[in-house]
Amino acid sequence: MKYQVDENGFYGDFGGAYIPEMLYPNVEELRQNYIEISGSESFQKEFKSLLKDYVGRPTPLYFAERLSKKYNTKIYLKREDLCHTGAHKINNTIGQILMAQRLGKSRIIAETGAGQHGVATATVCALMGIECVVYMGALDIKRQAPNVARMKMLGAEVRSAQSGSKTLKDATNEAIRDWINNPVDTHYIIGSVVGPHPYPDMVARFQSVISSETQAQLLEKEGRDYPDHVIACVGGGSNAAGLYYHFLDDPRVNIIAVEAAGKGIDTGESAATSALGKEGIIHGSKTLLMQTPDGQITEPYSISAGLDYPGVGPMHAHLFRTKRAEFISIPDQEAMDWGLTLSQMEGIIPAIETAHAFAALDVRKFSPEEIIVFNCSGRGDKDLETYIDYFKLK
Amino acid sequence: MNRIDQSFQGDQKLLSIYFSAGHPELEDTVPILQALQDSGVDMVEIGLPFSDPLADGPTIQESSTQALRNGMSTEKLFDQLQNIRESIHLPLVLMGYFNPMLQFGIERFCQKCQAIGIDGLIIPDLPVELYHQQYKSLFDQYNLYNMFLITPQTSEERIRYIDKVSSGFIYMVSSASVTGAKNTFGKAQENYFKRIGKMQLKTPQLVGFGISNSETFQAATRYSRGAIIGSAFIKFLEQKGVNSISDFVKNFR
Repeated sequence: MKYQVDENGFYGDFGGAYIPEMLYPNVEELRQNYIEISGSESFQKEFKSLLKDYVGRPTPLYFAERLSKKYNTKIYLKREDLCHTGAHKINNTIGQILMAQRLGKSRIIAETGAGQHGVATATVCALMGIECVVYMGALDIKRQAPNVARMKMLGAEVRSAQSGSKTLKDATNEAIRDWINNPVDTHYIIGSVVGPHPYPDMVARFQSVISSETQAQLLEKEGRDYPDHVIACVGGGSNAAGLYYHFLDDPRVNIIAVEAAGKGIDTGESAATSALGKEGIIHGSKTLLMQTPDGQITEPYSISAGLDYPGVGPMHAHLFRTKRAEFISIPDQEAMDWGLTLSQMEGIIPAIETAHAFAALDVRKFSPEEIIVFNCSGRGDKDLETYIDYFKLK
Repeated sequence: MNRIDQSFQGDQKLLSIYFSAGHPELEDTVPILQALQDSGVDMVEIGLPFSDPLADGPTIQESSTQALRNGMSTEKLFDQLQNIRESIHLPLVLMGYFNPMLQFGIERFCQKCQAIGIDGLIIPDLPVELYHQQYKSLFDQYNLYNMFLITPQTSEERIRYIDKVSSGFIYMVSSASVTGAKNTFGKAQENYFKRIGKMQLKTPQLVGFGISNSETFQAATRYSRGAIIGSAFIKFLEQKGVNSISDFVKNFR
């Protein structure tokens, strides 16, 4: 498989584990064990059973009739927004909590930006009765009050990251520092396909349930187990990695990645990493990231907190460089408009992150017989306040 | 002979000081180096500031952020150090995260270091394996040592491997933690210091992280060749300024 990780933890030029020695024992323990543990029969049995009975999988593959008619093509939505806790994030946290248990860990840490991954982590920790600490930028704690409350209600401790710009990248730094300070009993549940190897691969494998279900559902509905296009939004890239996973090496399937252009690529307030990023190292991984010429990591901007990350997972950097995937970027305004469009044409209020993906329909032409699968990665409940303010719905 | 090796020739316990270049003031780099040399320290680690220093505690993070705000950059630091060997004969080590070096260009970075008279580097987020596969030959070409870290969690097998491939010294992290001052070391640290001392490694060890006063300095150097002080020195600098550096160094002599 050409687009999968190699035995050294690299996707082409990207990936690896650029970590301080203090993290080596933990990351190495994970690297040596993650494939064997997650492939074992007992793990798979428990993982599948929780995905089915607790998360609510398989999620539907829904044919969006009105949307298809309007754009004169065949549009399917993979309904990850119907997962327990409201997004695909929980596929990964279920996998990782089972991993942590098998590695004998008794304490969980996580980082979160918008709070979705924090909630998904707090949820599985409550489920398993394991102590949970979530790091969140001080600024995000203010912006995402409902998710902070949810995490607390689930019994997690939310710690405010006060360093740097006080957002997702700083929360990630703080989580890494916590792991350095607690090297024996703690597992770090990273929320996206970022971080040192084996995280990008491990998270992609847990999320790959999205594309494996899509294959089976397409076969049933269309008589073939692949679409012509898969489209997903990319911040760090976990929902995209999940949707692309089983199609990565299938040349019949075109891959489209949608990044957040923020206020516009050239405004200095953007999160379009493929357009603005250069090769570098962030959070232990070599990838594309937004930085100054001096190599200082810069602050991204997007109206959606979940796409507000200065880097992108190494798998996606590789898909971009090799041109295996088409990358497009969508400004705040178009994404917000799509939030409204999807709500009123299909009765589905998407997360603002998710809304970015649908804007691909305005950027690119698709023919009537083509089959497109969108990852409808999250629901918009968490964004209601932003939608209401933006569209003056009050 | 590399100045780092020279400094290990005698029997005395080495005192090495870390500071973030460009902090407290942008142009403090050379005056700090001069004051450290005049006060009798044995080695200096000059910190190249980074926006996301994930192995560092609050003190070094803040000094790093302040240095960047003051306008410090890789280019600027090399400018400041251009003629440093006219006055400073101490071993000089640059310590910084890998991304700014990568953006500067690794070969160009090594060239600059050699031209200035830098003796070695400490790059916490460049693991020993990746260094060997990709960069060692370049560092050797420019006569630069690259020093590696070990921690209480590092396995004996890995310590032996790091010892085998190390030059200069091994940076022994005192405890499982990010950088930052501690007032005392516990039994666990002492056992760890002893354990490493007994391994009879070929590469001398300097202990760092958590050394703040003469008590922790004594404890750290009982079984090693010396110690590195960072956060405690940076706090002192913020409070007392460059002119008082000799008062700080006296505590450890």
